[in-house]
Amino acid sequence: MFPRPIEQASATKQWLYTIAVPVALFLWLLPLLGVAVTSFRPASDLAAGNYFGMPTRFAYENYLDVFNNTPMGKYILNSFKVTVPTVIGAVALSCMTGFALAIYRFPSNLIIFFMFVAGNFVPFQILMVPVRDLTVQLGMYNTWYGLALFHIAFQSGFCTLFMRNFIKSLPFELIEAARVEGVAEWRIFWFIVLPLMRPAIAALSVLVFTFIWNDFFWATVLTSSPDTQPVTAGLSSLNGQWIAQWQLVSAGSILAAMPPVLMFFAMQKHFIAGLTLGAVK
Amino acid sequence: MSASSSWKANQRRLAPWLFLTPGIVMFLIYVIVPIFQSMWISFYDWDGLGAKTWIGLGNYIELIDDDAFYTSFKNNIIWLVLYMFAVPAGLMIAIFLNQTIRGMRFYKSLFFFPFVISQVVVGLMFSWFYAPNFGLLYKLIEMLTGQGVAILADDRFVTYGIIAAGLWPQIAYVMILYLTGLNNVAPDQIEAARLDGAKGWKMLWYVIIPQLRPATFIAVVVTVIGALRSFDLVSVMTDGGPYGSSRVLSFYMYEKALSEYGFRMGYGAAIAVVLFAIMMVFISGFIWKMWRDETER
Amino acid sequence: MVRFSKGALAVVATLMMSGSAFAEQRVLKYNADFDATPLAAMQALIADFEAANPDIKVELNNFDHEGYKTAIRNFLTADSPDLANWYAGNRMAPFVNAGQFMDVTDVWDANNLGDALGATKASMTIDGKQWGVPYTYYQWGIYYNKDAYKAAGVSEPKNWEEFVANCEKFKAAGIDCLTTGTKALWPGAGIFDYLDMRVNGYEFHMDLTAGKVAWTDDKVRNVFKEWARIQPYITANAAAIDWQDAAALLVQGKAANYVMGNFAVATFKQGGMTNDNLGFMVFPEITAGLPRAEEAPTDTIHIPAGAKNVADAKTFLAYVASAEAQTKLNAALGQLPTNKNATVDSADPYISAGFAELSSAYALAQFFDRDAPAEMAKAGMEGFQEFMAKPENLDAILTRLEKVRGQVYK
Repeated sequence: MFPRPIEQASATKQWLYTIAVPVALFLWLLPLLGVAVTSFRPASDLAAGNYFGMPTRFAYENYLDVFNNTPMGKYILNSFKVTVPTVIGAVALSCMTGFALAIYRFPSNLIIFFMFVAGNFVPFQILMVPVRDLTVQLGMYNTWYGLALFHIAFQSGFCTLFMRNFIKSLPFELIEAARVEGVAEWRIFWFIVLPLMRPAIAALSVLVFTFIWNDFFWATVLTSSPDTQPVTAGLSSLNGQWIAQWQLVSAGSILAAMPPVLMFFAMQKHFIAGLTLGAVK
Repeated sequence: MSASSSWKANQRRLAPWLFLTPGIVMFLIYVIVPIFQSMWISFYDWDGLGAKTWIGLGNYIELIDDDAFYTSFKNNIIWLVLYMFAVPAGLMIAIFLNQTIRGMRFYKSLFFFPFVISQVVVGLMFSWFYAPNFGLLYKLIEMLTGQGVAILADDRFVTYGIIAAGLWPQIAYVMILYLTGLNNVAPDQIEAARLDGAKGWKMLWYVIIPQLRPATFIAVVVTVIGALRSFDLVSVMTDGGPYGSSRVLSFYMYEKALSEYGFRMGYGAAIAVVLFAIMMVFISGFIWKMWRDETER
Repeated sequence: MVRFSKGALAVVATLMMSGSAFAEQRVLKYNADFDATPLAAMQALIADFEAANPDIKVELNNFDHEGYKTAIRNFLTADSPDLANWYAGNRMAPFVNAGQFMDVTDVWDANNLGDALGATKASMTIDGKQWGVPYTYYQWGIYYNKDAYKAAGVSEPKNWEEFVANCEKFKAAGIDCLTTGTKALWPGAGIFDYLDMRVNGYEFHMDLTAGKVAWTDDKVRNVFKEWARIQPYITANAAAIDWQDAAALLVQGKAANYVMGNFAVATFKQGGMTNDNLGFMVFPEITAGLPRAEEAPTDTIHIPAGAKNVADAKTFLAYVASAEAQTKLNAALGQLPTNKNATVDSADPYISAGFAELSSAYALAQFFDRDAPAEMAKAGMEGFQEFMAKPENLDAILTRLEKVRGQVYK
């Protein structure tokens, strides 16, 4: 069941393969394509029962409708307000924790490391009630920073795992050489290790961006009004209002999915490197 | 002067703690401490508005006699078992795509696409796919059997319908893990195995899969975690319905603690503790394995 | 450090000095859950209010209707507005008991609302005090498509037996006799409430929702016996669709009857129905001689305990309660004003019918999910949803509800 490289196969097989891949892809992405097409379908098509034929015309007004008649623009802005600080905060924290756990030997090193790793796996629900209470008490309920602070803290679990493993793979001799020359520890971090971490930082940023952008649970727990809700929670609430208006649901879905998708295509190399570097070492 | 020299002498002992403190403090406040707070709250009757009343194991005793809890629990098991399908499926797609033809990079990233999309959007897409009377799947079933099935309104199918939606991005995720793993498979070993006459499933089982072990480990970890976190899809697609038949523990907990028809923080916390206990079995396993790897080095 | 606090002081001082400039318009934060039509109506009311009170600016923060029910618990404790929409009856009890709503008895007394809002006063009263102001209520009943009746060759039923008998004819014509969409659970409860009130009467229904009667009681079974007679003729897959989807079925003539609240008229008309083919009837009598009770859910506005601008909030409540405001608001809503001095549009047949229906009713119920406590309501409505899909599960459903009753009412 492990095919030889296709170059070694016969010409017919090669040809079949080059056909099979796009066909499989088409089937694989069918739900997505269906929604994309629906988002450009005029409402009259849906009313007339034309759900799957060609749209009678290209109804880009669905998108205008979503933007003009709903707080979608605001939701997207809120998502950025939560996501960008989280990426910066979580990556910054984990650069430091990852550095400390990878470079220094001290008795509780592994315990602390595994605290981060294990914490990263816990079910959200066990945190829900206390975190909501804490956020309320801090006066940060229903604010973007209340949500972002939690995300920074929680993501630092995964990010620490990632950074620590990355730094471990760097040549340790560099650091030892610096120490012999009497370079202060923080300068080692700043001038020697940090520049080498650039690919890891890029990869982690894209990953965290996607995770946080797509978060729904915490958005529903820690925000409640259109002024602060990120796009996932916003879309879910719009879905409650757009009954039977699938062209709008579709357009809204596409809009909500767009930023991480663009991010993914722009930073594809880093993204996949990130997923797999954290994973397959 | 003396302060600075003692800093110089001790900086290697102190530096890690300076680097660690912000991260540890944040993580303690928002993750570690709340776990114990939740356990504590689970011994109270509390509506989140008024005062807490200590009821000891009251919430847990009620849980034992709660049909909705068992439905959720059963569904969680179904999720766990069926979600595992993502691992072989991801591997198959990865092997299928592990070739070099023109545009392959592009194809691979499109295959990976579903994982980048929010589960809320995935849930909406599949709701539309399943929608009664006009959904694509409904029409398809109607064409084949003469009678359409409203997947999300039928307690026999609803959980499977949601799991199918969840598998879509999950398979994509596993696929990318395996694709990277396959890059690292040594071609000379495959050639050697071929010369030894290894073919078909044998080749896969004895030569390829052992080399993919790290990827498999991560794939299993993320799939288990994904299965137990299944909140978004249930919430968006069915809200636990019809008549509560698609609930899972993560959703049921939210429903009891924060939703329209219940504000029982203590009871919700008790459900969360049970979910946490289940997750802990797996987490301990992962940690144990990683711990072994770390200390063996 | 010193310099910093000096700077901070300076900032505070400037803020205080310019405070008077800001104070020209005091902000009143209002969280609400309106759908499109009522939203426009309330916005018009707010515009009138602001014109009458130029120093007050109302900031309306509108939520999705279903999501609001969760959100309110969060924002009341965490980020309180000055005004919030909610519902009368048992539904407001948890907030009142937890001290989350403010006692507004003074607004009632000062504006003589006890008399003007007499019909709804009881449902706004807990412990002898009033906790909010009702701005609208509406009747429930059976809305039907006259064209569907014609297509099936059926005439409007005079009583329950005829209604049930009609169902068979509708079925022969390929039309759903009764439609509903219970994805959000509550529409199914309308059917239950009416069957219970018609089979067992208002008092029994109130005792049941108050937890005084067992769900396994024979009288409850009698309700489901009647329900079982029409169950086969209710839209299949009701659990998968929203109430608006079911409304579309009625509009298209694929369904004949719909047990609904009057707010649905706007949706029927948007779908293209007119006064000519959209009919309304009071839910028919089942047990002969029972005094006729009706559903009339009351929508209300409250001042959260954490409100910052209480004085202006009370001014707003008094305005909303006034006859003029209610006349205009309810004309736009297509619903009934709670102020008896307000006038209704006699040209609107549904409003007139509703006014007649409610004013001659023996008693008014709020609705299942407002009369019963939240947890019981949820379990009950899930049971109704399940019964419509699988009537054979009735025993299991009732046993389950009885168990929930044991836990909820302590």
